[in-house]
This record gives sequence, structure tokens and C-alpha cells, in this order.
Amino acid sequence: MLGPTSEGDIPAPLEVEASGAAVVSRKSRSKSRYSILTRRDKTVMALMVGIPTFLCVALIWLPTIASIGLSFTNWRGVTPLTDQNIVGLKNYVTLFTTYPFFWPAVIHNILWLVVFVFIATPIGIFIAVLLDREMRGTRLYQSVFFVPVVLSLAIVGFIWEQIYTSQGFLNSVLGHTSSSTAIDFLGNANLNIWAVLVAASWRHVGYVMVLYLAGLKSVDPTLREAASIDGANARQIFFRVVFPVMRPINIVVIVITVIESLRAFDIAYIINRGKNGLELLSILITNNSISEANLLGFGSAIAVVLLLVSLVPIVTFLVRTMGRETA
Amino acid sequence: MSEIASPAVQVSVGPAGRVRWQRVVLHLVLISLAFVWLFPILWTAFTALRPYGDVIADGAVAWPAHVSFDNFVTAWTVASLPKYFFNTLIVAIPAVLVTLWVSSMLGYVFARFSFRLNLFLLMMFTAGNLLPPQVIIVPLYRIYLALPLPRLLSDNGLVYDSYFGIILIHVVFQTGFCTFVLSNYMKTISRELTEAALVDGASLWTTYRRVILPLTRPALAALATLEFTFIYNDFFWALILMKTGDKRPITSALNNFQGSFFTDQNVLAAMSFMVALPTILVYIVLSKQFVRGLTLGSTKG
Repeated sequence: MLGPTSEGDIPAPLEVEASGAAVVSRKSRSKSRYSILTRRDKTVMALMVGIPTFLCVALIWLPTIASIGLSFTNWRGVTPLTDQNIVGLKNYVTLFTTYPFFWPAVIHNILWLVVFVFIATPIGIFIAVLLDREMRGTRLYQSVFFVPVVLSLAIVGFIWEQIYTSQGFLNSVLGHTSSSTAIDFLGNANLNIWAVLVAASWRHVGYVMVLYLAGLKSVDPTLREAASIDGANARQIFFRVVFPVMRPINIVVIVITVIESLRAFDIAYIINRGKNGLELLSILITNNSISEANLLGFGSAIAVVLLLVSLVPIVTFLVRTMGRETA
Repeated sequence: MSEIASPAVQVSVGPAGRVRWQRVVLHLVLISLAFVWLFPILWTAFTALRPYGDVIADGAVAWPAHVSFDNFVTAWTVASLPKYFFNTLIVAIPAVLVTLWVSSMLGYVFARFSFRLNLFLLMMFTAGNLLPPQVIIVPLYRIYLALPLPRLLSDNGLVYDSYFGIILIHVVFQTGFCTFVLSNYMKTISRELTEAALVDGASLWTTYRRVILPLTRPALAALATLEFTFIYNDFFWALILMKTGDKRPITSALNNFQGSFFTDQNVLAAMSFMVALPTILVYIVLSKQFVRGLTLGSTKG
């Protein structure tokens, strides 16, 4: 799929699939390859890999571990961290029992996930299937559905505000002309999460469409032809033939969808800082430990919850895409 | 199915009239969907072209009595958009270049030399890229507050609140995705090319610079387009790690424009439209690169 097909002069990949035998030969070859490298080459290589690795560990993985450690403390960041700050599981107990915003945030994150997985993603797949054919204008349609994807969720929030405000499109069309009768789509704590989800889905659909179109193009056309000769109709061909062979893409799409819903932050923050119906785990972390209070330990406990949930899609992704190479 | 040596067969068989009729319906469905999809942006542009007074007098959905670019001019100056656009460039240009440089080196080593550690390192970079940034923000914020930086690079002598710090975290975070894409891409380039160069006595660096990089150019172009958009669109890092509102890049600066910053919705609409425009233009001009970059990462092999 990602061969440099446009560059005709590049030779085709030598090892398409690493079977057992190929792995053995590759190993012996790699041994001989090292002898080519001079001492200086090896130093250069160590630097090429070492510096980025150091930065990645120092700025991503160390903080991840530090988050776990901090979650067992009541540190506020003012005095140095000592043994006195260790409070055991207290932050987690508070989080699960008395903290009023935790469960609403969990529910909103789940809602986000459910809407993305069961509404936005199928719509994106549906549009991709509609557009995956020889048809006039298919490129133009694709571009249109993709436009929201190039926007940040923060600006998506601003654009949809024009639809939702008291003098916005929706209230105007519904006949609520004065601001006293207008529906407060973004202020009403029961409505605003849905308003935000519509806007976020608007962006997600195009993303799924593009990923899926690329996948559909890689499906062997003879499969469909064979099924159609066997008398399958368009729906049967999609669900019985195309969808099953698209398994790798389906998994990538689901993983991306789950990760996007866990990362949701910008749009809720831009609308009301994640308050009053728009609580999300990601926003609770920053509000508690940085932007509004300095409960570093408590915020870290929320971060650990988010970390544990995120590990599910991340590990799935790594196993699916890289596991093949080790197996 | 496997035993059919199938010649190319038209999938939609049937009377030609029925097929044509289906096509018409399909186009009608797609055109209406496309209109719905563009509507929020078109509506924002429409609102931006009308004065606030007209909306009060005639309502939001009405034939526009006056159309002008006044709101755009007002938003441009009131919100000092040029300053924030410039801040974005200060961050995005070095961040994209350094990210591509670092990840092409990593990708090269991962694709060409098989250490036991390679797969582990690649996983570490990729997983880091997938992590929600909020998971690491509390310790990272403290690290940024504690790390000194020469005054030349930072007004307050810290990594916190400096462009250097924002560029650094972008590079570290984006390297995962780019390395993943580039190492996959480089695996499709013939091994013999680099090996021949090494046997002929070229150094590792020369091989990377003169053999691998030129052949990787298509992937680099696609990633550059994509990464520029990602970094343009970043809201979170500069929101938290950049304290001075005036130094924030445009997307994070949107946070300064919240609430009562704009007294009228139509100027707000004009501002929103102008902030959305650059990435839309990049996409229109470089759409092929853009989509290629995205799908390179997802559809491997």
C-alpha cells in the first residue's frame, strides 16, 4: 500500500512478508552488515537513535511514571516533595466517592466514545463506500467531507457557536428570535454535550472516510467480481466480502476513534472550560492541577485513570501493527 | 469463489436505465450531504459578511441588506491576528523541520539495521505519540518550570513560557508518528542500494543523506504538510506551557478570545473564518500530500 508507487524507478520491496525462513536469512545478513560499519558509523548511529530516545523518555515516559507516583501524594507543588506528602490511595478514594465531577466526566467520555463508534464512524464508512466507485465528481465530494478534518477542534467549536448561539442559525430557524426564548444549546447542561458531539462528529466522519477509502482501494477487485458473479448484491458484497478482508483497517479506525474520544479536550475547553455539563477526564486533570487549583496529586490520580483506559487502544494498535514483525 | 478466473465484469448489471436512475439518486444524496457538510463554514462566512445591526433588525436567516468585509477588518485588528499567525510560524516551521529530520534518522536506523531493541524503541515512540497529552501534563509542567534555558531563548530563563519549550514538546510528540510512517516507507526502498553504498566505503551519514533521504522525499513532503497542520491546530501544549497570552500561537490564542472579547457575534464569525482559512487553503493546494500523509500511517503493507 505504501510503496513509492509514483516513483517508477524504485525497485519493489525485497521482503514482502517475513516467513520463518526469511527471518533466519535476514539475521545472518544483518550480521554481515555490521562489519561494513566503521567505528565512526556506529557512533553516528548511537547519536541518531540515542538523542531522540533520551528526549522521548525524559519528556513522555518519565512524566507518565511520575504521574503514577504523584497520584499517591497530596503534593501541591509549593513546598518540596517529602515522605509527609504520601497519602496512599486517598486521592483515588476521593475521586471515586466524593468528588462530584468524576463520574459525570466518565459518562461524558463514554458518551463521546459511543457516539463516535456507533454514529460518526459508520457514517464515515458509509460515505466512503458510496464514494469508492468510478463516478463523476467523486474527488470533489471527498474533498468536501474532508474539510472539517483539517480544522482544530478549537476552531470547530467557534464555527459551531455560530450555529448554536441565541442569534445563531438553529434558533433563528426554530423561530426563537429573542434571546429570552432562545434555546441555550451550549449553556444548558443537558443539551451542551450533544451539541458538542454533533460538532466533533462532523470532523470525525471525514477522518474515518479518508482512512476507509484508502483501505477500500487496497481490496482486491477480483474478490468483488467473483462475489457478484456468484449473485451477491451490493450490500452482501460489502458485509460478507469487503468488510471482513478490511479487518486491519477496521482495527486502525476503531483504535483511532477510541483514542480521539479519550483525547477530547479543545472543544469543551473552548466552550466553557469543561464545566456545567461538559466535564471530561482530560479537562479535570488540567483544571485540578494547573489552570484552576494546584492539587497536583489529585489531578495525577485522574491522569492515571485516563492512562489506564488509554493503554487498551494503544496496546491493541501496537500489537496489530507491529506484532506481525516479531511473530 | 477461488476457482473462477474472472474476466472484468461490470458490477452493476441490469437495464441501463435503472443504473442511470440509481446514479441520479446517488448524486442527489451526495450533493445534499455535501451541502450539509459545508454548511457550518458557509454559515460562518455568511454571518461574517453581515453587520451586527442587520442581524438584530432582520434576523439571522434573512436576505443580507448589507454585505461588506468590515467585520474581517475589525477582527484582524482588534484581535491582532497577524501577531498570532506569526507566533504560529515561529513554532511550526522549526518544529516541522526538526521533527522530520529526527524521525527520518530514526526511521532509517529502524528500517535498515535490526537490533533487538529496534522494535521496542519504535513501539515506545509510537505509544508516546498516541498517549493523551493530559496524562503527562502535570509532571511535564513542573519539569518545564524547573528547567533553565539561556536568556537568548527564553525571556524568563525557563523552558516554561518559551517558544523553545513548545517546539521541543511538538518534536518529541510528533516524532513517534513520523518515525512510524518513515520507517515503514524506507523498508520499501531496496536494501541493496544502501548496502552497496556502505560496501563502497560511504559512511552511515552519507548513506542516509545521499541515498535514503532523496528517495524518501515523497513521504517527507506528505508528512510536512500533515505535520504543519497538526502543529497549527495544536491547542493544548501552548495553552498550558505558554503563560504569556501574547506569545501564544493562533489556535491556543483562541482561548484569549473567549466570552466577552468580541462584543458582536459577526466579528467573532469573521475571526473564526480567518483562523480556519490557512489549513483549508493548505489542504486545497496540497490535498494529495495531505491525504497521503494520513493514510501512509494507517494502511501499512
